[in-house]
This record gives sequence, structure tokens and C-alpha cells, in this order.
Amino acid sequence: MTKLSYFGRALAVILVAVLTMGSASTAVRYNDLGHKMMCVCGCNQILIECNHLGCPDSDRMLGELRVGLAGGSSDDAILTAFQDKYGPTVLAAPMLTKFNIVAWIVPPAVLILGIAATVILVRKWRLRAAAAPAVPRATEFPAMRERIRRETQL
Amino acid sequence: MPTFGSFALLLALALCGYSLLAGAIALRQLATGARSRVAPERLAETARRAGIGSFIATTAAAFALVWAAFNNDFSVAYILHHSNRALPGPYKFAALWSGQEGSLLLWAWLLSAYGFVLRLRHKVDVKLTAYASAILAGVQVFFLLLLNFAAMPFSLVSGPVPQDGFGLNPLLQYPEMVIHPPMLYLGYVGFAVPFAFALGALMMRYPGEKWIHITRRWTMVTWLFLTCGIFLGAHWAYSVLGWGGYWGWDPVENASLMPWLTGTAFLHSVMMQEKRGMMKSWNVWLIFSTFLLAIFGTLLTRSGLVSSVHAFAQSSIGTWFWTFLIIVLSVCLFTFILQRDHLKAENKLESLVSRESSFLFNNLVLLAACFTVLWGTLFPVLSEYVQGNKVTVSAPFYNRVAVPIGLFLLFLTGIGPLLAWRSSSFKSIRKNFVLPCIAGLVAAIVVIACGVHPWEIFTTKDQGSFYSFIAFTLAAVVVTAISAEFLRGANVISRHTGQNLFASMVQLTRRNTRRYGGYIVHFGVVVIFIGLAGSAFNQSREEELGFKQSLNIGPYRLECQSYSQDSNPNYDTEYALLDVYRGDKKITQLAPEKRFYTASQQPSTIVANHSTLAWDLYVIYAGKNPDTGQPIIKVFLNPLVAWIWIGVGIIVFGTGVALIPNMTAALAASRNRVTAVAPAAEAVSVRGGD
Repeated sequence: MTKLSYFGRALAVILVAVLTMGSASTAVRYNDLGHKMMCVCGCNQILIECNHLGCPDSDRMLGELRVGLAGGSSDDAILTAFQDKYGPTVLAAPMLTKFNIVAWIVPPAVLILGIAATVILVRKWRLRAAAAPAVPRATEFPAMRERIRRETQL
Repeated sequence: MPTFGSFALLLALALCGYSLLAGAIALRQLATGARSRVAPERLAETARRAGIGSFIATTAAAFALVWAAFNNDFSVAYILHHSNRALPGPYKFAALWSGQEGSLLLWAWLLSAYGFVLRLRHKVDVKLTAYASAILAGVQVFFLLLLNFAAMPFSLVSGPVPQDGFGLNPLLQYPEMVIHPPMLYLGYVGFAVPFAFALGALMMRYPGEKWIHITRRWTMVTWLFLTCGIFLGAHWAYSVLGWGGYWGWDPVENASLMPWLTGTAFLHSVMMQEKRGMMKSWNVWLIFSTFLLAIFGTLLTRSGLVSSVHAFAQSSIGTWFWTFLIIVLSVCLFTFILQRDHLKAENKLESLVSRESSFLFNNLVLLAACFTVLWGTLFPVLSEYVQGNKVTVSAPFYNRVAVPIGLFLLFLTGIGPLLAWRSSSFKSIRKNFVLPCIAGLVAAIVVIACGVHPWEIFTTKDQGSFYSFIAFTLAAVVVTAISAEFLRGANVISRHTGQNLFASMVQLTRRNTRRYGGYIVHFGVVVIFIGLAGSAFNQSREEELGFKQSLNIGPYRLECQSYSQDSNPNYDTEYALLDVYRGDKKITQLAPEKRFYTASQQPSTIVANHSTLAWDLYVIYAGKNPDTGQPIIKVFLNPLVAWIWIGVGIIVFGTGVALIPNMTAALAASRNRVTAVAPAAEAVSVRGGD
């Protein structure tokens, strides 16, 4: 086995170890899940950030979140339970299910497609420019001078 | 006064209608050479004067509403619902934009004010201004139609007039609300001017790029207003809403961000048109989109299409806005299709590694960011249509999708200036990139040493540390790249003139204000990113505090000195007095409040904030424990927030610099003036100047 493949294997082991390293503490999970849900009182605020004086819902919902965490439920199970009880709008962002995946995929896809299209277009222009016959230098000079003057003005 | 206001609005509509029709007929006659009893030039002049008159009429209407607010004229329904006798004077003035009808009147007034300036400065280019004036009159007609028939600010209450009003929304009773909405509207409305010029230039097949020169200042000033408006709004949210943050990705916040993103893209890409005659169609569509998004933002605020905390401005005038949007889009599309051969590029991109490419990618990323915001804002509507149920798209979505795009943009901000126009050689890239890359590497090591652990994205799924790490590293790269640009130029000047480096930098900037002003703006953006990156390390605590009890957070200890309540004619208040200690040293006293406004019967939070460069100690009076009567205090320690506001200040300064004419151009202009006045003195003047 070459040195390179040893290095590759070692890297893969480290990566897997890092990815599967210990789970988050309950306090971190409480904060994380509290930020993944909305208060349902109509204030349009993130659950853990709802600061309404006498809000009828946020305290109760945060209590339910604490109970869920204490009961050992997973993050997904807690989110699903809240979704079942309060409807899909309780989640601060759509889950990766059915049509909701579209919400997550479309923006990066648009950016990647835009960049790819630009790269292809520029390469096409370059090839076309390379194929075009060269302009005689004597006639190019005044135009080029003017362009340089314009382009270096900024 | 209500009758006077209504009449003024009707008159403004008539004048704008005339300005639009007469202007359009005159321009048509000029274009076709058709004969008529009145010369087209004279007809166009009457249209221009009618446009000027509409400003006076709209001003009169706005004045009438403010007058009614100051004189507690509760016979006017708008004043009844948005003011009361005990309301302090500045907020009575702010009542003008605190509700649907008033804010539309502000829109119309600002539009007429922009139109007034444009029409006064018509000699810059009479024909192009005539086109722009007619287009602007069309936009004015729409808003005046709304004000006269759909959202009438001078409607009278039916039945007996109440003795007092219902008061202003408590959230709006904050000093920044006196300037935040006008700033935002100045930005929204201002984009109508470059839009009108762009559309006018396309309609008349305007030769060359002069329309861009004419509108450059308009666009930059408008962009600056919008920038200030957005960040004033963020600061208001931070100071008033009391949830510890400044940006909640609310649909209305998003609505203001979208035209800002396309406007920023336009400001960049327009340079390519000026310098290399490229991206003409792109630029035209960018400015069209910016204006359309400004209108769309207003539609979002008012139609109730998406739910928002800015619900105070919702109503059923959405149909009007949809109709207007469709008309504007159709006109833009029709004109573009008809005249698209006029927008043929003079040059094409020659290399992917060039300044032009960096502008193009910058544009792509800005548009992708705009699309992401639009997509996130409208996805709940789409979801309801497709799945039959609404979903919420809030901060977690944008943090995951929009933040990486923002960081990519920051990266481009750094590398753009390091690339040459047309094409960069590998040698020049290596030369220019070494220093920023070293700076980035050093910053990465320092940031990790300071306790930012990007690998936490794998262990605790905390994206904040990872994004912050990237932001700090890229910030170092960009700041080094910008500094290197300044130093390189300043060194050359210093060698030639013997001036010190700072004086050389000043001279360098004055020689090319647009370029170096732009760099200063980029520096401001970096500072803002540093401030935003701090949010990953926010801490908070909530505790009930009795007399002399204390709470610790970060390096601070808060000790409750007293808690009490008070009242005045406008509101009742509960507050706590908290001494803040760092170690054993008392550094300040904070007094967070909870107010209850009498007229509107609504509560409001008054945040107490101790801000330093390192962090904000942000304290909220969360309420009172009914059993003990003791206050519940919520404290946030928000790192680097002050950097955001400093960054905005730098952007304002940078834009101001970019707006100043270049020293050489100014000198040349003064020389030309001297030549005209006293040719004999010219030689002396020039020698002296050199």
C-alpha cells in the first residue's frame, strides 16, 4: 500500500471520528431546538426568543420541549411531535420531506446553474474571439488607446 | 384642513395626469415628426411644469395631514387611529408614515420631490429628462390614484368626533422611527429615478452611456438611503423589540433587502458598461428589477400576502399593486423586446480570471442572494398552493442557505480588486494574492486560538462557529487586499511627492474618489460581517432579581438596586435599576423598562444597553413575578454588535467619498472656467496648480 493511500485512510478515519463524535448536551439541544420552532401566539418570533409580556403559548411550549428532552426523545422525534400538535407552521424552517425539499434545493441550484452558465458562456466567447482574424495593429492603436484611457480612468 | 388636503391630492393627480399625457404626446410627436397646433417642445415644457406643480400640491397634502396631527383633528380617521393628545410632538410628525394611508402619502410626496429635482435639472439632457419625467409622472399617477380612491388619508370619521385618538403604535414611539421609515422610503422611491432614466433611454434609443453618468449620483444616493434605512430598521428592532437580535428575516425586512441586493449588483455591473460597453441588457434589467422589487416590497408590506410583524400596515390594496406591477413589467418587457438591438454589447468577456468576471460573479451571487430571500419569503405561499398547508420559512432556513452565499460574496469582495481588467496573468495573481492569503492564514490561527472552533459544525451541529471562522478569515483577506491597494498607490505618490503615507493615501483617494470610495465601502461591509459573525457567540440569562440580588454573565455582574413603577399621560412604566460591575468596579447603571401605553392599551419594551466594541450588555425587563412582585430580568451578552453600526458609518463615509468629483477632474473643470474668464491668467494658474 502506498503512503498516499495510508494517508487517505487515516484522513477518512479522522473524518468519520469527527462526524460521529459525542452528542450535544441537553442545554445545547434545548437552545438548538428552541431556535428551530416558532411561537404559535401569532407573534412570528422564534420560540426561544418570544418575549411577549404574558404570552399564552411560549412558556407552555418550552415546558413541553424540556419534557421531550428529559424523556430522551431524539431531535427529529421532538420536532415531529410539535408539528403533529401545532401544525407545520410551528417549525421555523421546512423539514426535508416531500415538497419541502424544494425549498432547500432551489436557491443553491440556481446559484450553481448561474455560475456554470457563466463559465460556459465566457469560454464560448473566448473560443469565438480566438477564432476571429486578428485586427491589423496600425488601425487598432487609436481605438485601443481610447479604450485604455477609458478603462484606467476609474 | 381635511378638505384642503383632499383637494390638494386631487389637484396633484390632475397635474400628474397632464404631465404624463402631455409629456407622452410631445415625445411621440418629436419621435415621429408629426405636426400639431402646439409645438412638441412647448407641450413638453408644459408637462414639465405640471410635474413641478404636482410637487407643490403633494407637499400641501402632506402638510395638511401633519397639521391635522399637530392640531389633534380627530375628525380625520387616520389621525384618530394613529395619534392622541398626549403623544409627543416628534411622534405626531411621525404619524404621517405610521399607517397605510399616511405612508402612501409619504411615498407620493418623496416621489414628487425626486421628480421636482429631476424636472428642475432638465438642462442636463432635455430630451432624456422629458422621457424620464413622463415615466416618473406615470408612477406618480399610480400612487395618487391610490391616495384619492383606495387609501384616502383625509377620510372623516362617521358620527361624533372622539375627544382623543387611539394613539400611535408603541413600537413606533422610538426616536429612530422618526427617521427610519423616511430613509427607507427615500431608498425605495429613489430607485424610480434611475429606473425612469433607464426606461427612457431605452425608449428613445439613447446613444452612448451618458444616461448612466447622469443617474450615477441618483443611484448611489438612493442606495445609501436604502442602506441607512435598512440598518436603522435593524437598530430599531434591536433597541425596541427586545428579543436580543437585530434581524429576524421577517418578510418586510426581506422586502427591503431585495431591492438593496439588486441595486448593489447594478452599482457594480454598471461600471462594466461604462468602461467596456458590456452587459447593457443585464444592467437595464437590473434597474428594472430593483424598481419592481421596491414596489413588490411595498405590496408585501401592505397586502397581507405573507404574515409579518409589520401587520400594522396591512390592507386590501394588494390588487392595485399587482395591477401596477403587471403594467410596469409589461411596459419594460415590451420596450426591451422592441429596442433590444440597441443594447448590443461592444465587448465580450475574455477571461474567467479578470476584473470583469469578478463583477459578473459578484452580480450572480447578489442575484442568487436576492432570489434566496424572495424564494424564502414566498415559499409559504407556494407551499400552501402545492401542499395545501403553509410552512414557516424563518431564520434557520436563511442561516443555512443565505449565509454561505453572503460569505461567498465577502470572498469576491476580497479578490475582485486584485484582478486586472480583461485578463490576469498567473504571475500577477500570485503576486497580489500572497499577502492576503498569509493574512487569512494568520487570522484563522488566531481565531482558533481565541476559542472559535469551526469543527463544532460536525460535533454539536453548531454552524455558527464554522460560519464565524470563515467570516473572520475572509475579513482578514479582504482587509489586507484593500489595504494593499491603498498602500501600493500611496507609495507611488509618496515617492513622487515626498509626502507622508497618510497624506499620499488622501491624495490617492481624491484622485479617484469613485474607486477608493468604493474600497472604503467594501471595508465597511467587512466590518459589518465581523459584527454579524459575533452573533454565533451570543449568551443569555433570565432571572428574577430582588433588591441587592445579582446575576452574572460573561465578565459582568448586575446588581438590582431598586425596582419601581411610574406613570405619565402617555404611558405607565415598570422599571428596574441595575448596577453593572466588572470585577469590583461599577461601570454603569442600567434601567430596563416595560411601558404600557394608555391610549393604545399596548405594552412595549425599552431595552437598556451598555455597548462596547467587544460586546453589548443588553438588558430587558421581562415582567414581574406576580407572586413575589420582583422583576424578571433577561440579559444578553452579544459580541461585536457595535461593529455593525460602525460598519454602516464607514459605508456612509465611503459612499460620500465616492460621490465627490475626482480632484483631477475638479481641477480640470476649474481650469476650464479660468480659461473662459481670463485666458491670460490661465498659464499662471496651471503652473501654480501643477
